[in-house]
Parts: sequence; structure tokens; C-alpha cells
Amino acid sequence: MNRIDNVFTQNNKKILSIYFTAGFPQLDDTMPILQWVQQYGADMVELGMPFSDPLADGPVIQHSSTVALKNGMSLSLLFDQLKNMRSTIHIPVLLMGYFNPVYQYGFEKFCKSCAEVGVDGFIIPDLPVEEYRQLYQPVARNYGLYHVLLVTPQTSEERIRYIDSVTEGFLYAVSSYSTTGGSKSLNASEPYFQRLASMHLKHPVMVGFGIRDKETFSTACRFARGGIIGTAFIRTLEQSGKMEENIRGFIRSVLD
Amino acid sequence: MTNYFADENGFFGQFGGAYIPEMLHHNVEELRQRYRSIIDSESFQREYRRLLKHYVGRPSPLYHAQRLSQRYNTQIFLKREDLNHTGSHKINNTIGQILIAKMMGKKRIIAETGAGQHGVATATVCALMDMQCVVYMGETDVQRQMPNVLRMKMLGAEVVPAVSGNKTLKDAGNEALRDWISNPEDTYYLIGSVVGPHPYPDMVARLQAIISEEIQWQMKELTGDENPTHILACIGGGSNAIGAFYHYLDRPQVQLIAVEAAGKGIDTPETAASIARGTVGIIQGAKTYLLQTPDGQIIEPYSISAGLDYPGIGPQHAYLYEIGRTQILSATDEEALAAAFELTRLEGIIPALESAHALAALNKIKLNPTDRVVVNISGRGDKDMDTYIRHMQK
Repeated sequence: MNRIDNVFTQNNKKILSIYFTAGFPQLDDTMPILQWVQQYGADMVELGMPFSDPLADGPVIQHSSTVALKNGMSLSLLFDQLKNMRSTIHIPVLLMGYFNPVYQYGFEKFCKSCAEVGVDGFIIPDLPVEEYRQLYQPVARNYGLYHVLLVTPQTSEERIRYIDSVTEGFLYAVSSYSTTGGSKSLNASEPYFQRLASMHLKHPVMVGFGIRDKETFSTACRFARGGIIGTAFIRTLEQSGKMEENIRGFIRSVLD
Repeated sequence: MTNYFADENGFFGQFGGAYIPEMLHHNVEELRQRYRSIIDSESFQREYRRLLKHYVGRPSPLYHAQRLSQRYNTQIFLKREDLNHTGSHKINNTIGQILIAKMMGKKRIIAETGAGQHGVATATVCALMDMQCVVYMGETDVQRQMPNVLRMKMLGAEVVPAVSGNKTLKDAGNEALRDWISNPEDTYYLIGSVVGPHPYPDMVARLQAIISEEIQWQMKELTGDENPTHILACIGGGSNAIGAFYHYLDRPQVQLIAVEAAGKGIDTPETAASIARGTVGIIQGAKTYLLQTPDGQIIEPYSISAGLDYPGIGPQHAYLYEIGRTQILSATDEEALAAAFELTRLEGIIPALESAHALAALNKIKLNPTDRVVVNISGRGDKDMDTYIRHMQK
């Protein structure tokens, strides 16, 4: 059983997933951050694979990507950093990023490396659903990996059902019309969350984009199984002071 | 018969497609469903043709350049896109897309621009059609191309400096896509070349195809034969080249030659030659040749010509190259400068630096005295005067 499924079988728990960019702020911060995020209460991690042209991301995640690349981060190096991950990390870890670096690395090789280090799945938003289903899903399944797909407030009901039939683990509901790190209120998105909740989808729903604090996380949890926090967490990594304390403080402020 | 055009999913062989996040799916799908029926409609064609004739000044002349012909001992014909309103072929596309945007009920236009030519052409049609216009331009380019920035502002556009990445053309494109993600209802993204996700490469090609449509009857009038022996065009994203090639794609007797910007040389890191130096990958929603590291990070290109320094190439061009329908050459900064001065002195025409790359290829192919060679002069050189003046002072 995939670790991602385990998370959602815990009844009534509000699921917190944290996104951060690998190799940021320092190249070797990936593993320590992963450990602290687990230790202080996150249920799942989305680890960003930095890309030069992250067109769905706002300025904060773009900047973290640029810094990580300047630090020398690459997919090969990331898999090297993660190679002993499963001796300490028991929560699910997904890799998230754009298709081109994965395509250059080689999709099957990417799946093999994921499986070797104990990554549970990936989120590649610019890999078209239909192409994924036809060309790549059979490969990913051979390695026991999940690919999580996105829906947005504009996705039609028919397409949501189709995406729900292809996604694995959960469905990633983008909260509003925005790149990552938007500061829009979630109130306007409530009818959309309501609609998703009433569709009785096959997969649990996690809300991302614009989840940044206790209040927005609670809104996400009212309509879905949990929320995904990226930009606000990356801001936390940039704060002065001890990184471990900042991470602990941030996660507690969301969960307590 | 070889199919030179996009299939229903926007693929040219292995190239093209729509590698976009779900956040853009609705916008792109809406356009995909509408663009063909709009372009094929009588009302669109009537208005597009009327504006091209009376506003843009088409047909652009096809000029038999006698002194240049003598110099190369062949027959050279210049397709004068430089004489269009706003100074380049870019307006053919913006006129078409602004009509499509209007017919789709959009109120706000966004665009990306490098040197500012597409930005000016977009701001121009927005003024004409009374549409709100936001142009994204890399901060570096804003500083380098101030006259065009001021032109866009005078035309009523808001120019937003893109501060991500290297702050040039591709970053402007990324910013425009981000804007589109955030404003999906009323906004139309008016892309300036045959790049980006399907349907843009196919749509922009159809709108630029007017260039080769005219070349056919103009060649017939001038030489008695619709077909030239060669067509030369410069290629960055590739919109002027596809426009000049379009109606000749299925006539193999016409040699189609696209000229990339070699920058300081295709063997140097300072180049924009996406086919000579690139590999297959995904850039801004399309699978094509692009300049990238082995890790799949996109490399910032270089060319003296701001209109050619794009790290990718239109997917249709990648396909035409792969199946051998087009020949790809390249010209360096120095070769382009020399060609620009040669045309100026021989014919009294100051070409854009982009177009000078096409002219520079006249030195690189074997031509017979009876050959009929069309060179697409995609734009005029006014915007490049600073560069030309510096070159004269050397």
C-alpha cells in the first residue's frame, strides 16, 4: 500500500501537507527541513524540484527555485540527498515540479530513482492528463508511484470526474484563480469547495494555493481532507533566527 | 502525402502539444474550440482582409532587387513586410488575434514582448479596437528598448516589467501566462509568434500565411511562375518564416531556408541557434527544440537581434526541420550587420537586424543566375539604429 493512502485512512484527521523547494535556502537543507517538518506535525511533504521557468508559481516559489538552481540543485543530486531518507522519514513524500527536467532525466529512470529512495509519488502539473494516462501511467504503476492531478474552479464537472478517474492518492484542488502564493480570500472559493465536496469523488481532496495560516487551513479542512501550504512555509525558511524554531513555530501556529 | 500541419491535439509529428498546468486548461481549451471556426468565418475574413488592406497597407510589395541580384548573380525578390504599419510582419498576427479576442467577448489583452515590436503591434490594435492592453516586457529589455516602451505607453498600453529569471523575452512570456492564470474570464493572451501551447502555433501560422499567399500571385505577376526556387527567412520563434513558407510547404520544388541567430557563433555559449545547438524538450507549453542544460533548465539565449533571442523555436519548424522539408542555416551578429549594410547601400532599404540574418544567408547557399530567390524582409531597421550607428563608428 502506498504511504499516501495510509494518510487518508486515518479517520477525521485534518491533513497538513507542506511544500518546500529542494536545495533551498542552502543546498544541503533538504533533509534537515524534511525531518523537522515531520517532527513538528506535518502529515505529508511535497518536495519541489526547481525549474528555471516555473510558470504556475508566484514570486516567492520562483525565487526559491532560482536560489536552489544557483546552489547547484539538480534531480540527480536530489535523489542522492534522499537516498537514506526512509531510515528516518515515515510520512509520504511526493516530488513536485515541471515536466522538462523530468523529461530530460528520462521518465522511467525518474520513476526508478523515486522508487529506490522511497518517494511515493509526484505532481507534474504541466504533464497533460491524457498524455500521462496513455504514455506514462503504466510506467509509474510498475514502480508503485502515484501521480496527483489538479483541478481548478474553472474545471468542468465532467472534467473533474475524468481527472478523478486518473489521479492517484488524492485530488489537488487549486483554491482560486492564482499562481502560488496568492493572497486572495478563500471565501469566494467556498461554492467551488462545496461543489467538490458534494460530488462524492473517488479520491480525497486536498486544497492548495492560498493556504497560509490557521484560518485558511481550517477553511480547507471544512470542505476537504486537508490543505497544502507552500509559499507561506518558504517565507518561514527565509526568516532570521534558528530554522528549526521557525519551522516548529509555523507548523504549530497552523495546527494548534 | 506528408502532412505539414497540426493534428487535432496540436502535434506536428512529436512536436507541439499543450504542456500546460490545469490552471490554463480552460483558457486554452476555449481558444482551441473557437479559433478555427472564427478564422474560417466570413465575418472574420471580411474584417481581417479589410484591415490588412486599408490599415496595415497590404499587399506588401514584392520587389525585384536588381543591384542585390547582380551582387549575388541571381534573381532576388524582397518581400517588403518592413513597409507594414508599425514596421514589421507582427501586425498581421495582432490584427487577426484582436478580432478573434473580440469575437470571443474578451475585454482585456495581455502580451509578451522582447524588443517591443510585438508589444507595439499589440498596443496598436488595442488602441484601434478600444481594448485594455497590458504588455509584459523583461526589465532588461525595458531599459534597452525605451523608444518602444514609450510608443506602447503613448498607444495607451500598460507596460509591466518582468523581474523574474533573466528579465528578457521568455520571462515576459512566463509573466503573461501567470497573468492569464489569475485572470481567466475576461483576458485574452495575444502571443506574438508560432510558439506556446496549441492552438497558438497553428493559429499564428494561419494569420501570417498572408505573406506567402501574396508571394504566390506576386511571383506569377513578376516572373510568370508562382513558385520561386528558394525562400529565405530569419527564425527566432518563427512567425515570419512560417508565414513566408506556408503556401509552399507542399511544393517540394521550392527550397525553404530558415536562418537562426548564431549570435557570436554556434560554437560559443552566446548564441540563439535553437536547432543547431538545442535538444528536444518542453518550453512554454510546447515540445520543440530548445536551448537547455543536460538537467533540463532553460538557457538564456544571446543574439544582437532582440527579436531572435528566444531559447526555443516554433514546434512546426522543429517538425519541418526533422522531416527535411526546411534547411536550417545560421548567421552571426557580424554577418547580419554586414548584410544589413549591404542591403542599405545597394537598394536603399535599411532592414531590421532580424531580417538581416536572412539576407546574410545569401552568402551561404549556391545560387544559379536563373534562380528566383525570395527573401522575407520581416521588419525595418529604425528600431536598430543605435546598433547600426555603433557599428559605423567602429
